[in-house]
Amino acid sequence: MDSKITRNEVRHVALLARLELSQSEEELMTGQMNTILEYMGKLNELDTKEVEATTHAIELRNVFREDRVVPSLDRKDSLANAPGADGVNFVVPRVL
Amino acid sequence: MDIHSLPMHRIHDLLESRQIGAVETVLAFLERISSIDPEVNAYLATFGEKATEEAKLFDSGARQFSASPIAGTPIAIKDVICMRGTSTTCGSRILQGFVSPYDATVTEKLRRAGSIFLGKTNLDEFAMGSSTENSAYLKTRNPWDIGRVPGGSSGGSAAAVAAGLCAGALGTDTGGSIRQPSSFCGVVGLKPTYGRVSRFGLVAFASSLDQIGPITRDVEDAALLLQAIAGYDPADSTSVDLPVPDYRAGLKQPIEGLRLGIPRQYFIEGTHPEVEKAVREAIATCKNLGATIVDISLPHTEYGIAAYYIIAPAEASSNLARYDGVKYGHRAQNSADLMDMYRKSRSEGFGSEVKRRIMLGTYVLSAGYYEAYYKKASQVRTLIGRDFLEAFEKCDAIVAPVSPIPAFRLGEKSEDPLQMYLSDVFTLPASLAGIPGISVPCGFTSENLPIGLQILGPHFREDLVLRIANQFEQATDFHLKNPEVKGGGKCK
Repeated sequence: MDSKITRNEVRHVALLARLELSQSEEELMTGQMNTILEYMGKLNELDTKEVEATTHAIELRNVFREDRVVPSLDRKDSLANAPGADGVNFVVPRVL
Repeated sequence: MDIHSLPMHRIHDLLESRQIGAVETVLAFLERISSIDPEVNAYLATFGEKATEEAKLFDSGARQFSASPIAGTPIAIKDVICMRGTSTTCGSRILQGFVSPYDATVTEKLRRAGSIFLGKTNLDEFAMGSSTENSAYLKTRNPWDIGRVPGGSSGGSAAAVAAGLCAGALGTDTGGSIRQPSSFCGVVGLKPTYGRVSRFGLVAFASSLDQIGPITRDVEDAALLLQAIAGYDPADSTSVDLPVPDYRAGLKQPIEGLRLGIPRQYFIEGTHPEVEKAVREAIATCKNLGATIVDISLPHTEYGIAAYYIIAPAEASSNLARYDGVKYGHRAQNSADLMDMYRKSRSEGFGSEVKRRIMLGTYVLSAGYYEAYYKKASQVRTLIGRDFLEAFEKCDAIVAPVSPIPAFRLGEKSEDPLQMYLSDVFTLPASLAGIPGISVPCGFTSENLPIGLQILGPHFREDLVLRIANQFEQATDFHLKNPEVKGGGKCK
């Protein structure tokens, strides 16, 4: 059986997902993702060439509103849960 | 009389006629929580003091029991729904210590309706799971057999209602997370139509599927709790601006003449024989009540699992990108740079099922795989939706099992993610189609484990689903049985 996803790909997907997996997690994840993706192959039994994709079960219309300022969460409340903040901004490790 | 074994509408009647007091009621539940919950582990947090204060307002006349038909009754909220000033963990380490700065719309609506909040209930981390074993904090037990899971992901809410640890509760359903635990715990659970209830303040898992709904002791309570939370909300642009009918008023209408569809794909090999038997008997009961039974086909049912477990993780991988250790939640110490902080914080904060779904979702959305997986699944979703539309031309509602199996043992499926996913086979299609569905008790196995009957209706026909469920419930006595939880033990 061809594997759907290799360990190297798992490492790459983890990077895209901003996760860091340990060696053993990586190995387990590769096996489990292969089993699951193998199962997903079931969908190929269906011919969907002419079928439109559904992104929402209920018909959605664009919702417009007046462009005016209304009260929103204030700065103090917005920063209250931050692991790093200086009272004005979120504080993060150096970017540059 | 045990207050804890009464439905909300009965408690409300007693409160309004001053036969019991609101504080007395709250204290009765709090006392039961302290004696029983160490065994059940339904709650992640309780608000004893605040709840008692709220109750005093009712007893003193500062608040009126006439505020709504559930005013003054104590309820529990799944810990994925925000309540201002209280913690919302989503069962995850990554949100440990997070305090909601605002109320979800449903919380605000319930405050206005006079609900008294007893606490927040346990769940699978970010509502991802079918057993509540994925919570980072507690393993909730099934009150009918503490060696078994309560189902999930709203396992804490379902177990709390079943064990009499609250009068009613809110859960959320993305792929069956209200219906399946309600079935496993022998209570009533309703997943409303997508868009019927505002999702504002519900922490997002899969935004095109998530819906908040009631978990209660009987169908009348489900109608009343839905009434209190349903309706359009400008803060959730996917909520639908349609009138909300009077759900309780419709319950009494007989089901005579209604056509109930029995989908042959929901009676398959692998279904527990006692589950099938109970559901077949329930169908016979509906027939005796005057319903016409129609054989129907939902041909794409077997593709629901594959489609769901592509679409939901894809949406989750995007929604959960917000947990970055910056705005809230866990931040890893000693990171070399910003990227390192993101990766370490997320890896330390998320549990294994959440990581697995983020990985799957990221993979199926990534360049080169999008068409083969995500697009394909979204097309199959269309076919599943069409199945239901076509079925509802032949029948008014659909009757089927909720789950092919009754509550399983703790640990029985937790090592094999795919086996766990497969157990959702009968709840996922309705979620993908966005239609309403209810689980109502319809029997017990020889091991005294509850079995649920699933009733599905067309979009925005909660009234019909509730009416059928109520007529079935009133013709049976399964909902009147209570589990015996001794309390005093410890199994944390």
